[in-house]
Amino acid sequence: MGRYVARRLLQMIPVFIGSTLLIFCMMYALPGDPVRAMMGDQAYDPTVVASIKKELGLDQPLLQQYANYMMGLFQGDFGTQIASQRPISDVILDAFPVTLRLTLFAFTFVTLVGIGLGVVAGLRPDTLQDRGLLTLTLFLVSMPSFVLGFLLQYQFAFKWQVTTPTVTDSADWSQLALPAIVLASLSLAYVARLTRTSIAENLRSDYMRTAVAKGLPRRRVIGVHLMRNSLIPVVTFLGIEIGSLMTGAIVTEGIFNVRGIGLEIYDALTRREGATVVGIASLMVLIYLAASLIVDLLYAVLDPRIRYA
Amino acid sequence: MRGAKSAKWVAGAIVVALAATACGGDSDGEGKSKGSGPAGYVSIDVGEPQKPLIPADTNESNGSYVIQSLFTQLLDFDSKGDIVYTNAESVTTDDSKTWTVKLKKGWKFHNGEEVTSKSYIDAWNWYANIKNNQQNSFWFQDIKGYDDVHPEKGDPKAETMSGLKAVDDHTFTIELKYTMPYFNYKLGYTTWAPLPKVFYDDPKAFGQKPVGNGPYKFEKWDHKKLIQVKAWDEYQGPNKAKNKGVQFKAYTTLEAAYKDVVSGNLDMIRQVGPTDLPKYKQDLGDGAIEQPYAAIQTLTPAFYSKTFKDIDPKVLQGLSMAIDRDTITKTVLNNTRTPAKGFTPPGVKGYQNLDTDVFTYNPAKAKQLIKEGGGVPGNKFTIQYNTDGGHKEWVTAVCESIRKATGVDCTGDPKPDFATDLEARDNDQVKGMYRGGWVADYPVNANFMKELYHTTAEANNGKFSNKEIDGLMNKADNAKSLDESVKAFQEVEKKLVEHMPAIPLWYYRINGGHGKNVDNVNVDFHGDLEVWAVTTK
Repeated sequence: MGRYVARRLLQMIPVFIGSTLLIFCMMYALPGDPVRAMMGDQAYDPTVVASIKKELGLDQPLLQQYANYMMGLFQGDFGTQIASQRPISDVILDAFPVTLRLTLFAFTFVTLVGIGLGVVAGLRPDTLQDRGLLTLTLFLVSMPSFVLGFLLQYQFAFKWQVTTPTVTDSADWSQLALPAIVLASLSLAYVARLTRTSIAENLRSDYMRTAVAKGLPRRRVIGVHLMRNSLIPVVTFLGIEIGSLMTGAIVTEGIFNVRGIGLEIYDALTRREGATVVGIASLMVLIYLAASLIVDLLYAVLDPRIRYA
Repeated sequence: MRGAKSAKWVAGAIVVALAATACGGDSDGEGKSKGSGPAGYVSIDVGEPQKPLIPADTNESNGSYVIQSLFTQLLDFDSKGDIVYTNAESVTTDDSKTWTVKLKKGWKFHNGEEVTSKSYIDAWNWYANIKNNQQNSFWFQDIKGYDDVHPEKGDPKAETMSGLKAVDDHTFTIELKYTMPYFNYKLGYTTWAPLPKVFYDDPKAFGQKPVGNGPYKFEKWDHKKLIQVKAWDEYQGPNKAKNKGVQFKAYTTLEAAYKDVVSGNLDMIRQVGPTDLPKYKQDLGDGAIEQPYAAIQTLTPAFYSKTFKDIDPKVLQGLSMAIDRDTITKTVLNNTRTPAKGFTPPGVKGYQNLDTDVFTYNPAKAKQLIKEGGGVPGNKFTIQYNTDGGHKEWVTAVCESIRKATGVDCTGDPKPDFATDLEARDNDQVKGMYRGGWVADYPVNANFMKELYHTTAEANNGKFSNKEIDGLMNKADNAKSLDESVKAFQEVEKKLVEHMPAIPLWYYRINGGHGKNVDNVNVDFHGDLEVWAVTTK
């Protein structure tokens, strides 16, 4: 177990270096010069552009720039933004907690409501409530998140006025509820369907019959025997979903004016702020890696037959 | 089960860690301001400035809004484009080459330091110095000695420009390299603001917490969310704040800002997004703002490209007449633009009615002119634009109009964003035409010609070059007085129609608005809302 975790952690190092290099190269390959773009449409002075680039080391070859960047990173220095001249770590620290909060909110919502709905429907397949859930989730899956976002915003904020149309204070949980639900809706549908199918299928399995035959109370049959086995695919999905939720927040953050990581990376991308994009993306990579590790470890919790050496 | 137990423990630890970070994030948000600002403050959707708040390092609109509230230059302009003296008592010249500036006495920076000749001269020398990498340093290039502090290569040879001399504490002279009758108009640009002594101690820190001499005093900058400034009681200029302060609030989309204006969480919006344009007048009622300002959109041919190399201007005139500006501005652009009638927008000195039909839709004549001019090579061309700025719709419409009227095939050449678009322009890689745009830096017609179509102009990305026109512009710059210069540039504009360095499309209009809580929202010549004059109800 311990060795397994250590091995997985060591594997993360080449993955991390590889993915950051890849993103770095991609940013480099994009046309458009960040310093020049800063000057805008109007007249500018090429001498100033050259001078700024030299100062930032942007005139060096790609690998040299990457090496410089990684050296900085190991010393805890994410670099400085070209235009605003703020440390990138400050920028990330401003935006990251906001997205994390939004994501965790959405994730909790997905987990509780999604699994809950799935269990309710899966236990009684082909009844009215099951069909109701299938229709609802079909509706959610087919609805693009920006449509749902605008719709809910219109209903809740303008018609009923129970919430503000945009998030003015990202620390306020009540303001984050609407964006979190919109963000969660797509995953919610997947999770509910996945749970429902898995439960409905396992209901007919041998161990279930055995458990019922042993005369175990229903609560234990469902809570321990059925749920544990049925949740394996759901947990896999949820683990990967943490990362997707964080990156998927771009659209939702836009609609509800949430100043999170999604907007930050979008801004940085259009302004060719390479170091900011790589910094945020590296964090995302780390989160994905951590999430997949947690998922793998959770398998063992759910199914004792799975062991790690 | 042993494996399972330890896995449980690990997973549990990670969940706790995640929860802990979430809590940490939560508590840091406490105590921040909620939706509406302090009483008497007005709010506007001005986003995060790109750069630190240093006057000569900002030329995008978010930053310049804030800088204009914190700093005051020598002079400003009224809605007609005439000079209004702010910090200067007068700016005069006898020969258009040496200018004498007299400052008003008793002006102070927000930290109590007096604004003197030195505040200006030191600041300008610092801005112009190449070592300081100021984006707008080229604005000082007309001053004598600029090349010493800002050489094309290498380190500066001097720390100061020889053209700037203090006569006494409140008088100084500016000597130019050449005559320029409209130089005083340039002084109204935000770049020419003075700096207090504290700036030179730590310019970097100053950029985050500026001390100016303007109508508002800096309060706080909550990055990507809000900049707050407070009305400064001791301000003596004509544009003294009529409200208690301003909140510049960052919004991610025009739609989000618009929703907040309608619901009362925001006082003013600078631009209504395309989705809300059809209904914003109903929504905002008296608060809806629709006004022209001094900016123009053009199609600029790349005169180095295969298509437009050695093109006969008649072809360009023909293409211009094939564009149905009236219909496109009304339908595709939702009345947010006014069809252009020349190269200079209204609101600047020297705006005139060119006696020509080149800008009027006339398919028959368009066809004929293109034929006379020898046609467009290959009978097709492209228009380059950036897809991140909402240009796709009108480019498509313009192409459609040209194709229908003349049979010349026209297609858009989209670039994913502005940075890519600019790079293609800078590297002379435009295949046909590109979409050009220009907002007045100062309200004189020269700004729309000399800076765009002179052979040596930095923004002349189409590489238009015509000796006769260069000569006429140089002559206009040598004129004795502003009026003569303006008149000479009017002659240049008439000549431009014959050579067509670009096809003017339309002038910009601001379509903004304000909510019910504020009043007296006006627009200045370059399309900015005059925040200082806004009153709260």
